Amino acid sequence: MQVLRRIPSWLTTAIVAVLVFFLVYIANATRLITPYVYIVTELAGIAAISALGLNLIYGFNGQFSLGHIGFYAIGAYSSALITKDFVSRWSGGQFTAFSWLLAGIICMVLVLQSFKWLHLGSMRKRLVNNLSYLKPYEQMILVAIVMIAIAAVILATGAAAAWLLQKGLNIVLSVTIPALPAVVSKNLMLLLGLLTGASLAALVAYLVGLPLLRLSSDYFGIATLGFAIVVYTLLQNSDLVIATMKGARGMVEIPRWTNWTWVFLLLLVSVIVMRNLIHSSHGRAILSVREDNVAAKAMGIDTTQSKVLAFTIGGFYAGIAGGLYAHLQGFLHPSTFDFVRGFDPLIIIVFGGLGSMTGTLVASALFSIIIEGLRVILPQGFEDWRFVIYPILLLIIMLLRQRGLLGSVEWGWLNAPYVPVRDIPLASGVDGANSGEEV
Amino acid sequence: MKLTWLRLPLKVIAWVVYMLLAAGIVYGVIGLIRLNGPVFFLQAVLDGLKLGFVYALIALGYTMVYGIVRLINFAHCDVFMVGSFASYYAITRFGWGFIPAILLAMLICVLLNITIERIAYKPLRDAPRITSLITAIGVSFFLEYFTALKFVFGADFITYKRPFEVVVWDIGGVLLTNITVIIAGVTLLLLILLLYVINQTKVGTAMRATSMDKSAARLMGINIDGVITLTFAIGAALAGAGGVLYAIAFPQIWTFMGIMPGLKAFVAAVLGGIGNITGAVVGSLLMGEIEVLTVSFLPIGSRLRDLVAFLVLIIVFLVKPTGILGEPQVEKV
Amino acid sequence: METPAPSLPHLHINQLTKLFGGLKAVSEFCIEVPEGGLYGLIGPNGAGKTTVFNMITGVYQPTEGTILLEDSSLVGLEPQVITQMGVARTFQNIRLFQNLSVLDNVRIAYHLHIGYNLIEAMSHLGRFRAQERVQSDRAQDFLEVFNLLNRRDEIAKNLPYGEQRRLEIARALATEPRLLLLDEPAAGMNPTETDNLMELIHFIRDRFKLTILLIEHQMRVVMGICEWITVMDFGQVIARGTARDIQSDERVIEAYLGKRLIRGL
Repeated sequence: MQVLRRIPSWLTTAIVAVLVFFLVYIANATRLITPYVYIVTELAGIAAISALGLNLIYGFNGQFSLGHIGFYAIGAYSSALITKDFVSRWSGGQFTAFSWLLAGIICMVLVLQSFKWLHLGSMRKRLVNNLSYLKPYEQMILVAIVMIAIAAVILATGAAAAWLLQKGLNIVLSVTIPALPAVVSKNLMLLLGLLTGASLAALVAYLVGLPLLRLSSDYFGIATLGFAIVVYTLLQNSDLVIATMKGARGMVEIPRWTNWTWVFLLLLVSVIVMRNLIHSSHGRAILSVREDNVAAKAMGIDTTQSKVLAFTIGGFYAGIAGGLYAHLQGFLHPSTFDFVRGFDPLIIIVFGGLGSMTGTLVASALFSIIIEGLRVILPQGFEDWRFVIYPILLLIIMLLRQRGLLGSVEWGWLNAPYVPVRDIPLASGVDGANSGEEV
Repeated sequence: MKLTWLRLPLKVIAWVVYMLLAAGIVYGVIGLIRLNGPVFFLQAVLDGLKLGFVYALIALGYTMVYGIVRLINFAHCDVFMVGSFASYYAITRFGWGFIPAILLAMLICVLLNITIERIAYKPLRDAPRITSLITAIGVSFFLEYFTALKFVFGADFITYKRPFEVVVWDIGGVLLTNITVIIAGVTLLLLILLLYVINQTKVGTAMRATSMDKSAARLMGINIDGVITLTFAIGAALAGAGGVLYAIAFPQIWTFMGIMPGLKAFVAAVLGGIGNITGAVVGSLLMGEIEVLTVSFLPIGSRLRDLVAFLVLIIVFLVKPTGILGEPQVEKV
Repeated sequence: METPAPSLPHLHINQLTKLFGGLKAVSEFCIEVPEGGLYGLIGPNGAGKTTVFNMITGVYQPTEGTILLEDSSLVGLEPQVITQMGVARTFQNIRLFQNLSVLDNVRIAYHLHIGYNLIEAMSHLGRFRAQERVQSDRAQDFLEVFNLLNRRDEIAKNLPYGEQRRLEIARALATEPRLLLLDEPAAGMNPTETDNLMELIHFIRDRFKLTILLIEHQMRVVMGICEWITVMDFGQVIARGTARDIQSDERVIEAYLGKRLIRGL
């Protein structure tokens, strides 16, 4: 027992992780588990990644977002467009979709950065101050004209840059990628597709978050719900814009390249990054916003920046999960992304304990086990009872453990790293026992 | 460098912009009316009102419950669905007429909602709000899937049987059905009753007091539990009536029918200012109009009906987050 | 106690007014707080004292008036910017980060001067470890000074009331302010705790070389430590002066002190 207590937490957690990976990998390779169970495990992992993202936004940052599935959908569809291109050239070339998306994202980020550098926000104030001798409506119009002009110039430059960048990327990729062995290029394209899809989701999260995050909790939830429905409706009608997305009929023939290794690796990286982030100064700032927004501002924290950061990263996670899902199913149907399905990550994180990464992971696994397990357990013809029993179970858990399974408890390496105690006391303080001391 | 010389050109630009905006709105409305004829336009407006009234009945339940316990009752739309089904069975199995059927629907919904409140929400009144919310979602799923089981309502679409003959009046080309008249009539009647109860009775005052400050109300001797249960009951009664009227207007019912109207009614309540009864009605009428006008006038309107409604919501949120008639919630620091 | 020195005041507020709809919460409030001064703001409940604090710290925007921190205007700035300029505050109803540890509550203050970027935060590489060490050490030194080091890992909401107040003050000071606003720091304290608080405030002012402006009800505290006092009622200044001056001012006695005066001394 003495030995066990000395084992560092990262080691125990790493051992568990390795065990989980190989358990599933070998069980599948040796057909110990059915392909069905294998897929369910992969889906559980995907759900976990998405739920971790929402846990950051809501559990850690306190922003009640009901729009998570919108970012999941963005990640799913955009990564699918990229890999479909590579496999079937639906856009005419192997890398057209990818280079357009990547170029677009990069240039949009540059455009946003230049808006920030120019301090467009305070520019308005400074212009107004300098023009104080004009009447208010005259100021407004002049300022509006100037700002629109500047924005237009920057956007136009950005668009031109994107076009150029796209051409360049396309050329570079067309030369380098086909030169690689098939296995490498396939996995590389999957990774690039996933990352690009997630980046697009994150970018949209940034743009949507900026105006919406100043709304208070319930209103923010409703507004993000509105966003999810807007995305859903756009997907239903997407065939009007991009034929291969086939709108309400569903996008098909997506290469099914997701496997347990990919799901596990990406989940592992997600957990590591999330754990590191929350146990850093940025993470503490994010938590402080949840605890008390007013007090956080009084401590000098730019709360809007923290909220946007959490929302953007959360969106990225949802995008990765969506991409993995797309390449697991092989087809995407808008009904998968309606707002009712969007409750799943919310239910998972509350069920596991808001603000606990361990809870989220455990709950993701349990959630899949319950839903799919019920399908197996229930006698034939009674499968529909799954969705009657699952809410009853949910109700019971909520009534019994109001703070979720794990509350806000973490396990192992996911806990905060130990802070060494400062043992060299400086000048002693005033108060209580020390009141007589010289300072 | 003083730019005072810009004064004149700026003034001109300002006037041009104002004129264009005004002209745009005027021409836009006239254009809409002239697009397919004034008859078409009036028909659309009328149908929008019809839809809006039904949304109002649902929205009131959402807004009242939110006002009193700060809960977004996701299961409310399923109570609405039960109302439709209850009246359906009353009409087809027992041959009941319109008024008995709607009263039965309201009664059943009241009983259902009170039961839900006692079992699922009351125990969690002091729990974190998200727990109640998740529970509400759970109740919603349960109602939808349980009633979809074969021995309950079944999972199929059922064609609703109207308890009266449809009568259509042609008023200068605009078709007015007795359905619209009945919907408007019933809704307005229930609204007047509600406003009377809320504003002129002791219980109503108790409800308003509880929604403003629960602990103070309790200290004044108000039976909080009773008030909350009453609120859920009234909301359910209205939703039940709404369910019947909706089924009469759109005679296809199924156990998941409540999701979309419920969502739109909820958005309408928020649009008008959540917690505000007049706001819920205003918001609902607005939502109904927007939806019908979108479908009628936009080329792919029927595919975009939901999208436009939510875009309107998001825009309103950015301008006035607390809704059209909502009061800003000032946080005391 | 001397009159304030005539050099550039640390905080200069002129004609500050706040209207909430039709209600005039604060009306033509003026104050000049000298550098290093211990200044008191008193008045009956609802006099507008916290509203003044909220306007100084950017939580509310004044309807009229100017607020100058030395020669920079604070009007129109976001609260976090004002804190970055060196103004820290505590709240009437303690606003700690309830579910975070005592140590984390203080460490938040150092986010302003963070030494690593987001990538390093997400990977725990680069400058992360060294900087975290520095921050933790500084935070712990701070807690030591305030006698809270033994509570380091406690969750803030589990602390006894007096320690919560102390933590809130410590947390505010961790942002390295030049001006500290204390909103009723002695609220809910017994006489012993209040005495300790008074010593603490003196200690803070001397050790950290601060200017302190405090709102307080308890006469003992105000009379005991404030060098200069402004009295408010119904949003307006009704009297100014040293503790002695205030005690004998007719208007103040009428508005507020009354019986308290006899009991408090």
